[in-house]
Amino acid sequence: MAFPRQAMTIAERRLERPGLQFVRLRIDWLPYLLLLPTVIFLSAFFVYPMLQALALSVRGPDGALTWRYFQAMVGDTYFIGAIRNSLLLTAIVIPLQVTLALTIALLVHSRFRGHTTFLYVAAIPLGISDLAAGLVWLSIFTERGYLNMLLQGLHLVPRPLTFLTFERPLLLYGAIVATEVWRATAIVMLILVAGLQLIPREFFETAEVFGATGWRKLRHVTLPLLRPVLQTALIIRTILAFQLFATVITLAGRIVPVLAGEAYFQYTIYRNPHVASAYAVLIMGTSMAVTVLYLRLLRTPEEVARA
Amino acid sequence: MSRPARQALLAVTVALLAAWVLLPLVLIALASFTPRSQLYAWPRPLLPQPWSAETMRFFFQAQGVLPSTLNSLLVAALTIALSVAIGAPAGYALSRFRFPGREAFRLGILATKMFPATILAVPLAVAFIRWGLYDTLWGVAFVHTALALPFTIIITMSVFLGVPLELEEAAMTLGCSRLQAFRRVALPIALPGLAAAAIFTFVLSWNEVFAATILTLRNRTLPALVMNAVGAAGAPLDYRFAAGFFMIVPALIIILLIRRYLLTLWGVTVR
Repeated sequence: MAFPRQAMTIAERRLERPGLQFVRLRIDWLPYLLLLPTVIFLSAFFVYPMLQALALSVRGPDGALTWRYFQAMVGDTYFIGAIRNSLLLTAIVIPLQVTLALTIALLVHSRFRGHTTFLYVAAIPLGISDLAAGLVWLSIFTERGYLNMLLQGLHLVPRPLTFLTFERPLLLYGAIVATEVWRATAIVMLILVAGLQLIPREFFETAEVFGATGWRKLRHVTLPLLRPVLQTALIIRTILAFQLFATVITLAGRIVPVLAGEAYFQYTIYRNPHVASAYAVLIMGTSMAVTVLYLRLLRTPEEVARA
Repeated sequence: MSRPARQALLAVTVALLAAWVLLPLVLIALASFTPRSQLYAWPRPLLPQPWSAETMRFFFQAQGVLPSTLNSLLVAALTIALSVAIGAPAGYALSRFRFPGREAFRLGILATKMFPATILAVPLAVAFIRWGLYDTLWGVAFVHTALALPFTIIITMSVFLGVPLELEEAAMTLGCSRLQAFRRVALPIALPGLAAAAIFTFVLSWNEVFAATILTLRNRTLPALVMNAVGAAGAPLDYRFAAGFFMIVPALIIILLIRRYLLTLWGVTVR
């Protein structure tokens, strides 16, 4: 519909894409009007609470700035453990999730027969909450649960082992890691599958023409092209990892304190919104730091050259 | 590797991965239909003997479970209505117009996707007490809407990108106003996609634990009730298994319903 402008009648002009036409002729307020409800709503229920979290954590009852809530947070018995567990669990879980998600995504991308069904099956945990996932795996790891039934059926243990106890921190960690990998790999997987679909098929075909197979194709074609998507997946997943809360409480109670769990306990048990907000601010800060870190670490060569 | 060997390896890998996802679901289903006495017995048979609804019945009869299930459904319905009413126009605008500030808005939406409930819940609880929204279903629905909006906007945008603008233009040349063209032409075509957005919002709200726990006291949603029962009240195993199973069932059905849109939800196909 690209007529020379002067040759257009009014009717023909109206046929042209309205968005483009309006931008050129005058400001069209319609898109802004359509965005307005979202902006107002998110200001009230998203931007405002973020600022409020900051205010609650640093302002005392008299309104003056104070560090006492952060000091209370740092001085809490559970604080060091919560930091350690949150970081450690993130560091263990995420590489496992990315490896597993990449395996599933590459399998789906190979388009074997039944790959769509496989994709749906792999995506099921996406609809399962951290709480429900914790309860599912509790039925496996509890003392009289399915794992002990298997172990005893194979005559590997004389009597049921207690996995979920502070006396066996490694097993306790293992249970949490298994549950998190089971529940939250799906998100990473979907991001990677979508990313793989964006890579033109010709890239792979060209690589094959030049004799690249299997591992080399993955190493030199797929992974470099997938880097921006991998970056997104890592950022989202890491930020979500710091929200880890219900899974840990269902499996380990407060034996394994984590940051989001402490925010929950501070608010619900101690009724202290200030210290709970300090934890929220800490989680927010860590999430931002991690995002910046990933953006720097996973820069493409062009970005490095430009910097 | 020879071709048959590769095929076999592929089949085994796929089967193992599928089993990794599905087996725990089968096990929690088994546990939920095992009578209580057997859950605590040892040695314990794998299959319930006999199959029994006792555990599920115990859960449903536990205090607060039915009202909080109703609460969860109401909150989800409110969240769907709010997020579609607020988010769908924004998604439509992003799909149809190029305007200054579009990129900034899109980045803002992506940022909201990344900062979920944990950070919002505590400050909002304090604000809600002042606003009279604390311990109300509306309050929870507002937070869930804030969490769902980025997804609603991204889905509706991709849905409307799939509806050719030419159809709307044709309707307008035939005498429809802009609104009529939207209502009579674009909307009917987009409806299945919008339904998928609504269904996904349901999952998000039905599953949300942290904000619901912080923001309610008596008017618990189901996850908030179960969280409190597990975290603070020391619920017995049969309650826990039945609760886990019951919360998962809708998710299974829903993932099946919206399978076509799964990639849009989390994919980076933001054009």
